[in-house]
Amino acid sequence: MKVGVVQFPGSNCDSDVFYVCREVLNQETIYLWHEEKTLHGCDFVILPGGFSYGDYLRPGAMAKLSPILTEIKNFAFQGGMVLGICNGFQVLTESGLLPGSLLKNENGRFICQWTSVRVENIKTPFTSLYRKWESLKMPIAHGEGRYFVDKNTLSSMEQEEQIVFRYDLGNPNGSMDFIAGVCNQKKNVLGLMPHPERCSESVLKGEDGLRLFQSVFSLSGHPLSRLA
Amino acid sequence: MNLQEISLFETAEQLGLNRRETENILERLGRNPSKTELAMVSVEWSEHCSYRRSRKFFKNFPRSGSVPTLVGEDAGGIIIDDLAIVFKIESHNHPSQIEPKHGAATGVGGIIRDILSCGARPIAVLDSLRFGSLSGLNHKKLFQGVVDGISWYGNSIGVPTIGGETDFHPSYSENCLVNVMCIGTASKNEILTSKAKPGCAVMILGARTGRDGIGGCSILASQEMRAELEKRPTVQIGDPYFGKCLIEATLESASKGLFVAVKDMGAAGLTCTTSEMSAAGSCGMEIELAKIPAREKNMESYEFMMSESQERMLAVVEFEKTSEVKNIFHKWGLEAEVIGKTIPEEKVKIFYHHSPAAEIPTQLLIEPLPVHPEIKSRPKSPGSQYSIPKIENLKNLFLKFLELPSLISKQWIWNQYDYMVQTNTVVPPGQDAAVLRIKGKPWGIAVALEGNGRYCSKDPFLGSQYLLAEAVRNLACVGVMPLAATDGLNFGNPDKPESYAEFISCLEGLTQGCKILNIPIVSGNVSFYNESPNGKILPTPIIGMIGKCENLAHIVPSGFQNQGDKIYLIGPQGTDLSGSLFLEFMEIQNNSLPELNWEIERKIAQITIELLEAKFLNSCHDLGQGGLITCLCECVVEKGCGAKLEKKLSIEELFNESPSRILVSVSKEKKESFETKLIAEKIPFLYLGETGGDKLSFNQLEFQTNELSKIYFQTLEQIMSF
Repeated sequence: MKVGVVQFPGSNCDSDVFYVCREVLNQETIYLWHEEKTLHGCDFVILPGGFSYGDYLRPGAMAKLSPILTEIKNFAFQGGMVLGICNGFQVLTESGLLPGSLLKNENGRFICQWTSVRVENIKTPFTSLYRKWESLKMPIAHGEGRYFVDKNTLSSMEQEEQIVFRYDLGNPNGSMDFIAGVCNQKKNVLGLMPHPERCSESVLKGEDGLRLFQSVFSLSGHPLSRLA
Repeated sequence: MNLQEISLFETAEQLGLNRRETENILERLGRNPSKTELAMVSVEWSEHCSYRRSRKFFKNFPRSGSVPTLVGEDAGGIIIDDLAIVFKIESHNHPSQIEPKHGAATGVGGIIRDILSCGARPIAVLDSLRFGSLSGLNHKKLFQGVVDGISWYGNSIGVPTIGGETDFHPSYSENCLVNVMCIGTASKNEILTSKAKPGCAVMILGARTGRDGIGGCSILASQEMRAELEKRPTVQIGDPYFGKCLIEATLESASKGLFVAVKDMGAAGLTCTTSEMSAAGSCGMEIELAKIPAREKNMESYEFMMSESQERMLAVVEFEKTSEVKNIFHKWGLEAEVIGKTIPEEKVKIFYHHSPAAEIPTQLLIEPLPVHPEIKSRPKSPGSQYSIPKIENLKNLFLKFLELPSLISKQWIWNQYDYMVQTNTVVPPGQDAAVLRIKGKPWGIAVALEGNGRYCSKDPFLGSQYLLAEAVRNLACVGVMPLAATDGLNFGNPDKPESYAEFISCLEGLTQGCKILNIPIVSGNVSFYNESPNGKILPTPIIGMIGKCENLAHIVPSGFQNQGDKIYLIGPQGTDLSGSLFLEFMEIQNNSLPELNWEIERKIAQITIELLEAKFLNSCHDLGQGGLITCLCECVVEKGCGAKLEKKLSIEELFNESPSRILVSVSKEKKESFETKLIAEKIPFLYLGETGGDKLSFNQLEFQTNELSKIYFQTLEQIMSF
């Protein structure tokens, strides 16, 4: 599988995700510069954490206008696998690929800490290697990660099983319904605030994030493979 | 353009130059200086840039140790295998006091660019903070603002803040301290220098130049704190987004070998970079200011030369490579303009719209008129006479003591910092030392940052050695021997004999300590004039110490882990309360410190590392401020694992802060072999008791671990919820 890690100026977890995909999991991995108008045949696109274009207006507000996002939208509509982590999640909600939005943390501060995250749905290509209700140890690091969505959308998301991760043992940022990560209806686009790439090696005292990437890499016969 | 005699001396004085200095400039120049020339000399000769009052003492520092060192550029470093590890501390005290958020933020930005100037990727930041008490709203706001600034800049720029230390004392209430240490890595063959060579283009890179920070180094950093608000325009405003892009663009250009030399534009901006890069390469520069991308219209030539606008670098580039540099910087949305050339003549020549604005020999700029502040030996402090009143309720006293801002957990601070980005953080903030793995290497590096103004105010010489000793112990607790250090020296006004004497004694203490330990000091920073109408700060040297972590798997937590482990104090027990926080808490005057025995200190560090390697220890934590009682409390709250001490401990034993001590826990079955080893090595130790339960109990007193944990982890949060 060929992985593309998007680089906006201001991205800062790009090389961390790149390292996990290429060095830890031996996948062919390339960077996709924000001004590019092609995905270079990638099967899986990751929008990493950071502060795209400085995020001075609103996280993700500028990134959604970049040329690469046009490509990613087309790719996603055709069933291509897209993962947004932290700022990447913010970009996905801003650009309409995922419902809801991410507001300033309840306590008004940036929060960096380990959290406990529960897997709500394992019937997605990102979570097939987890057990249902499994509790994962994953770090968060964000100032604006409080998930919010209107009530109607929320209930339809619940019906469609679009809520993939919830915080358990406390709600670090005040997210609605403890939501930590959601996917689209087709389940090929996932966004989450916790950082799976920061818990994919034993030396970092946590490997719970690894199976998220492995779930995707273990796919075969998915529509995305026909795209290439 | 030359200034007339009368207005010359007046202008010079406003710029911070005294009559003798101005006369010296006249004499060496052989004519009256222009306004721009005077401005240039004033910033370059400022104490902040020239180290006039301090640099002669640094030649005594050991500069080499057990691994090869790099000394003499913006940041120094060491070489391990094929990797250069560069690091340095820098202060941003006065700007943070005046404009907390931006002052602290640009402190982070500035030191990151020092590391970047060596061609190294910044991989970690640590910060050392000092504030007054947290009682008033203003003090809380200042504290919050500084943490905000570090969080905002450091998080955005993608460099993890992996540790640090924070303390509180009334002497810092009108003059806070913000010292930031940055560490970077580069392949040892790709280290960059600031040495210019003739016949190349001079390029300005990064952000545009504005009027901010004019006089930052001379008016703000080289004078005492007075008339604060008027100085606000001298504080620079940073932009972490530009900072992040500048890192990537600079490293991309460096990896392609496009730079002859590069230097960060920090204090004194273009004046400092043009003169120091020229001097380093024994050449000169010719600059056309009109070519500088400016943020504001109608800037004057002296403003260009003094501006401390952030996120800028000056580079010397061979002419045929300038377009490639431009392409890279434009890709990252940054400016890159050729603004002049290097010349063989050792002069800095400045033109503005083709007319000459300044022409100064580089030697004049970088060799200021020497100053010799008065040196008075420090009056001998009275001995360690003190007497402790009878303590009625030890339990209450202990709980009050633990609530001291100096002792509580600083988690509230570091939870606002991204300490994990770059995915190298193996030991996060909150332990004795931070540890990073190095991708692609079997080893990692450990870093400890230490400062203690209380010790240094009681005995500057010994107090500064205490810092070294504690940093060595911090590293030992993660199984690491130190290899090199950097220092951040924060003192009062050097022109006042008492402050200067403190500075010299601290330096002598550090020099001797580092020689004994065979630890080179490879870089550093001096911040003088930390005085306000309230008086001077406690003498506060900060030490950042680095070592190589051979085996990351040997590291154990600092707190107790299991039920039924045996608790030992390794090192001499100590009963001398002098210099302790306890005496200050009890409002008992005292002006000395317990003895420091370097032989024992080294032995303790060595044996701790051996014990970790041999997997004897389940936890390991060094004793520091607050003594044994504080250390025990920290070990208990980490995981909520209680402890029961068998030995009855006196007030002296519980609260003294003697050096050379480490608290460990050992599995029951290893008890005997552990004791045998320590006896064989002639290491003093004391069996204290056993871990377990949900209480800390000693001397027939009992404390619930969750009660202690609430005090330890939540007090700062409560103080800061205002």
